[in-house]
Amino acid sequence: MGDLLTAITLTAKLAGVTTLLLLLIGTPLAWWLARSKRWFKPFVEAVTALPLVLPPTVLGFYLLLLFSPEAWLGSAWVELTGSTLTFSFTGLVFASMLYSMPFMVQPLQTAFEAVDDELMHAAASLGATPLDAFFSVACPLALRGFLSACILTFAHTVGEFGVVLMVGGSLPGETRVISIVLYEYVETLRFDDAHDLALLLVVFSFVVLSTVYLLNRRLRFRIT
Amino acid sequence: MTLQMDMVVTAGDFRLRVVESVPLAGCTAVFGPSGAGKSTLLRSLAGFQSATGRIQFEETVWLDSSRGVDMPAHTRRLGYVFQQGQLFPHLDVAGNLHFAQRRSKSTNPMQWDRVVAALELGPMLFRTVQSLSGGERQRVALARALLSSPRLLLLDEPLSALDNQRKVEILPFLERVKSEFKLPMLYVSHSLDEVTRLADRVLVLAAGEVKAFGETVSVLERLDVQSVTGRFEAGAIVTATVVGHDDARMLTSLRFGDALITMPLLPHLSSGQVVRLRIRSRDVAIALQRPEGISIRNMVAARILDVVADPTSPFAEVLLETGSEHLRARITRAAAEDLALTPGLGVHALIKSVAFDHRVL
Repeated sequence: MGDLLTAITLTAKLAGVTTLLLLLIGTPLAWWLARSKRWFKPFVEAVTALPLVLPPTVLGFYLLLLFSPEAWLGSAWVELTGSTLTFSFTGLVFASMLYSMPFMVQPLQTAFEAVDDELMHAAASLGATPLDAFFSVACPLALRGFLSACILTFAHTVGEFGVVLMVGGSLPGETRVISIVLYEYVETLRFDDAHDLALLLVVFSFVVLSTVYLLNRRLRFRIT
Repeated sequence: MTLQMDMVVTAGDFRLRVVESVPLAGCTAVFGPSGAGKSTLLRSLAGFQSATGRIQFEETVWLDSSRGVDMPAHTRRLGYVFQQGQLFPHLDVAGNLHFAQRRSKSTNPMQWDRVVAALELGPMLFRTVQSLSGGERQRVALARALLSSPRLLLLDEPLSALDNQRKVEILPFLERVKSEFKLPMLYVSHSLDEVTRLADRVLVLAAGEVKAFGETVSVLERLDVQSVTGRFEAGAIVTATVVGHDDARMLTSLRFGDALITMPLLPHLSSGQVVRLRIRSRDVAIALQRPEGISIRNMVAARILDVVADPTSPFAEVLLETGSEHLRARITRAAAEDLALTPGLGVHALIKSVAFDHRVL
């Protein structure tokens, strides 16, 4: 039971940190995607949506190569921090951010696209700088988009498995999240424990999605 | 104190070119048919839409493409009133007003109480934006623009989304804002009523070009402007003095130039009051002699200044002068030929008394 609790805490921590960091990165990216008319915007959108269609193992495989101390990112990270990205919590955070990116960016982009340009002009005419107008007009109007994006990102990170298995392995308290625990229960034929955990995850997912749909009765967005 | 424009705006196939210097006092109407580029002009002045050339407001250069100067909208310090108000839906009325006031960069900011009182917003300060009627919305939008303490007020057809009844209700507020806050205004409109009522001068736009610019009265009676304003609206504006009322017969008499005319009783006017009237050219007929036995009671001795035949239509426009006032008549080209109307000829202008536009008063 102690193992399971450690895994649940770790999963919540991973999902929380991932959501927070993605909020910081995804918000400007979503705003840019919602407002930009650049020719290369569809390609940026495609890259952002890639984790939706790629098998998590593919993503995990490439990340593993990238994180390895022989690769440029992995070695730079070792230089910088003295620890490796593979089989570490930090590495999992990086991987989760990539893996959950579309779940943050797409609801936000849809919400920002619904913000009328003329309202932004009105704010500018009243003396608001673009940044001021973004925080005082666009963000409050996109509030429900923010809520959905954060909830979906958190929930999706909780449910990740393939990427974790490839990049993180199963180190208790470091990379052993609940989906890994469940997998190990099944492998070791502990079906009763597996039943409990699986049911827990089903209930959690149902509650989360119900919340999102309640929030978004009027605001429709793609969760693909 | 002027707004100097030497600018070009291109959007797709449309091209707007304006070279004009507009005095920054009172209300300047930007007038013309839809698609003339009125809103485009206003949006470029505000900095919402990019333009090339030069715009200088008093001493401040807003735009100078040759030197790479293009001040962003939020630094131009102007108030913009949109067709649909564009109030912030996540804030209530007071929240919308505070938004503007907090960001005002003036050393002598607009007084909250004064603005709220002028637009009579006291009772609705804590209402949601969604609960406001169209007219109330525009009053809040006006107040919000004023509270940002702008140096110029740009109004983009602020009444166009309202029905006639609401328009009549909002016009007095616009007049009050104009007289009380003494802010220079640029007012986009395609309604002659609003222009005659509010504007001190008019910039006429058609197909992206300035067709005329000058004092309201003189611009609106110039013949070539009529092609812009359209036949239905074509007419002249006269300044008249109220002489008195005939309560029994429910008539009000007014004097303009040498002429005395009557119109249906306007009890809210007092003797000696000066008003502007608009007389449509299609409601003015011409007689060589003063006719007898006719129901039209308003006959004005006038002199012909100009006759312009429109070869693409059966009609001709006749510009008439009576005293210092001008009138316009719209008759058929055939009539103009048969009566041998030429400049300098003395005639009688027959005005149907129903022709006066009450809303202008």
